[in-house]
Amino acid sequence: MHDANASRATETSVPLTGSAVLVNAVGLHARPSVKLTQCAKGFAAKIELALVADGPWTDAKSPVKVMRVKAPQGATLHFRVTGSDGEAALAAMLALVHDGFGEV
Amino acid sequence: MTEIHLTGRAASPGLAIGPVAVLTAAVARRTATGDPAREAAALKAAIEAATAELSELIATVRGEVADILEFQVAMLGDDALTEGAYDAISAGIAADHAWRSALDAEIAGYRSAEDEYFRARAADLVDIRDRVLAHLSGAATVANITGGSIIAGDDISPSMFLAADWTRGGAIALAAGSPSSHVAMLARARGAPMVVGLGPLSWNGRPPALALVDGDAGTVIFDPEPETQRLFEHRMAAANAARVAADAGRTEPACTADGRRIAVLINVAAPEELIGLDPAICDGIGLVRTEFLFETSHGLPDEDTQYAVYRRILEWTKERPVTIRTLDAGGDKPIAGLTAESESNPFLGLRGIRLSLARPEVFRVQLRALLRAAVHGPLKVMLPMIAIPSEFDRAAVMLDAEFNALQAEGIACARPPLGIMVEVPAAALRAEYFGAAFYSIGSNDLTQYTMAAARDIGSVADLNDTGDPAVLALIARTVEVGRKRGVEVSLCGDAAAETRLTTALLATGLTTLSVSPIAVARLKAAIAGFRS
Repeated sequence: MHDANASRATETSVPLTGSAVLVNAVGLHARPSVKLTQCAKGFAAKIELALVADGPWTDAKSPVKVMRVKAPQGATLHFRVTGSDGEAALAAMLALVHDGFGEV
Repeated sequence: MTEIHLTGRAASPGLAIGPVAVLTAAVARRTATGDPAREAAALKAAIEAATAELSELIATVRGEVADILEFQVAMLGDDALTEGAYDAISAGIAADHAWRSALDAEIAGYRSAEDEYFRARAADLVDIRDRVLAHLSGAATVANITGGSIIAGDDISPSMFLAADWTRGGAIALAAGSPSSHVAMLARARGAPMVVGLGPLSWNGRPPALALVDGDAGTVIFDPEPETQRLFEHRMAAANAARVAADAGRTEPACTADGRRIAVLINVAAPEELIGLDPAICDGIGLVRTEFLFETSHGLPDEDTQYAVYRRILEWTKERPVTIRTLDAGGDKPIAGLTAESESNPFLGLRGIRLSLARPEVFRVQLRALLRAAVHGPLKVMLPMIAIPSEFDRAAVMLDAEFNALQAEGIACARPPLGIMVEVPAAALRAEYFGAAFYSIGSNDLTQYTMAAARDIGSVADLNDTGDPAVLALIARTVEVGRKRGVEVSLCGDAAAETRLTTALLATGLTTLSVSPIAVARLKAAIAGFRS
């Protein structure tokens, strides 16, 4: 899922970062991954996630790539967001993880 | 033509005869065009068709099955899944080979995952792979399996099961699979016979035309001789006649030929099983398994979620008693984030009450939900895998503590009777030393622990017999203790539904049996034929 708008708008912005602990019992697997990527796609910003603060970074809009991360319960998810609506995007991502994807 | 007899494990009862639809043969050969542009277009069209097919399927299902299908749609719609295949196609590889290699690489990543949950998702990727391959090759897709067919294959996904038409009979015969799978549950609910664990299905290159499936005995006969088929059809006709007769008496109370009243209760593994079921067919619910609440992808269920489900079940029975078993995880029922991993023998490990006592923060939530639900009907609470009296005592202390806490908080609650499952021989041998309000014999585990033989290990499966005198002696002993102590004894394992064992079980003095809803009519008919 390439988002041309996002990359154009963000070339000069400084990335925003934040992190949250995965509280739902099975980690970032099928349903949470779908939820997370759907939410991410609602923003123009480039959104990436990682298991450690300095990467490697994964496109948070790709369910296939997010599933490859295999993030278990208790893992800390780091987010890196760049784009005009980056602040809202980061807040939404962190809220989703905090709330256990609305399922805990 | 020689008939092929295969023995597996019964996963859903009943007899069926029908043409064989081999799942693994669904992927037919495809002739590549040799033109990368046309190959890429063919793959694109196949992915779109597969996505459309899944979306149609989603509209017909709910809950967890829908979630899994939605996940598949999301994966199919992601360029990251397909880019490898398109790259290979532009390098001159045929579309089906390119797609298969790309997906196989992805699947290998899942299979190597440490986490059981991620490993289990490999099956979804296989589902995605084969659905697209079927469209690429123009082979009949699973949605087109003719009603009344015997579906044969390695394993079958819930989406495949739901896509097939079960109104015209049919059955499932699997090389692998499990009676505790989601599909087995669906098959029992729909009355489709199912046998799993048949071992490799090899037909020397030529798939069979016809199959006889015995979902009671767990056997399948492929390409039967005319005489075999005739005998089977006789049995089917007799079974159908018996079922019609039994169904007529389904809502009648069960009585033996000499007038002894036997309580017939039902086992429930998920509340969905109660939809459309008339509570008048049973004398209550003898076993509610609560694992379904914990097996979802939603994480551990909170108190309110559990309370709502328990209450709904109590309201369904309309004042008939309901026995809810506390979480029986571990053994063959792992739950991510809760059960112990890599035990060398999970059946002898941290499971049932042992796990609940080791994780009091999880157990306490369930006890509170049960205490609150108890105000809505005659609830009993049952503890699984009890071996020694102190396990029961510790659970009883926790139940009382939560009862007092809820009362102090001013929350409506009632203290339900607390009983034990008798499934460890130690508990059967010392039943009188437990302060239990009732005993419920879990014949599956009692049999496997007594005979030291697992049902799913084919080479020793004949030892796993609840009708063995040693197992029956433990059952009779428990019944006798219950009689002396004046508390109820019931049996809720699969043996209760095996009508060949009904005589032996009733002879132990048992007066309460609990079976899956589909087996109620059959059991009542078998009871009516018993005379002591």
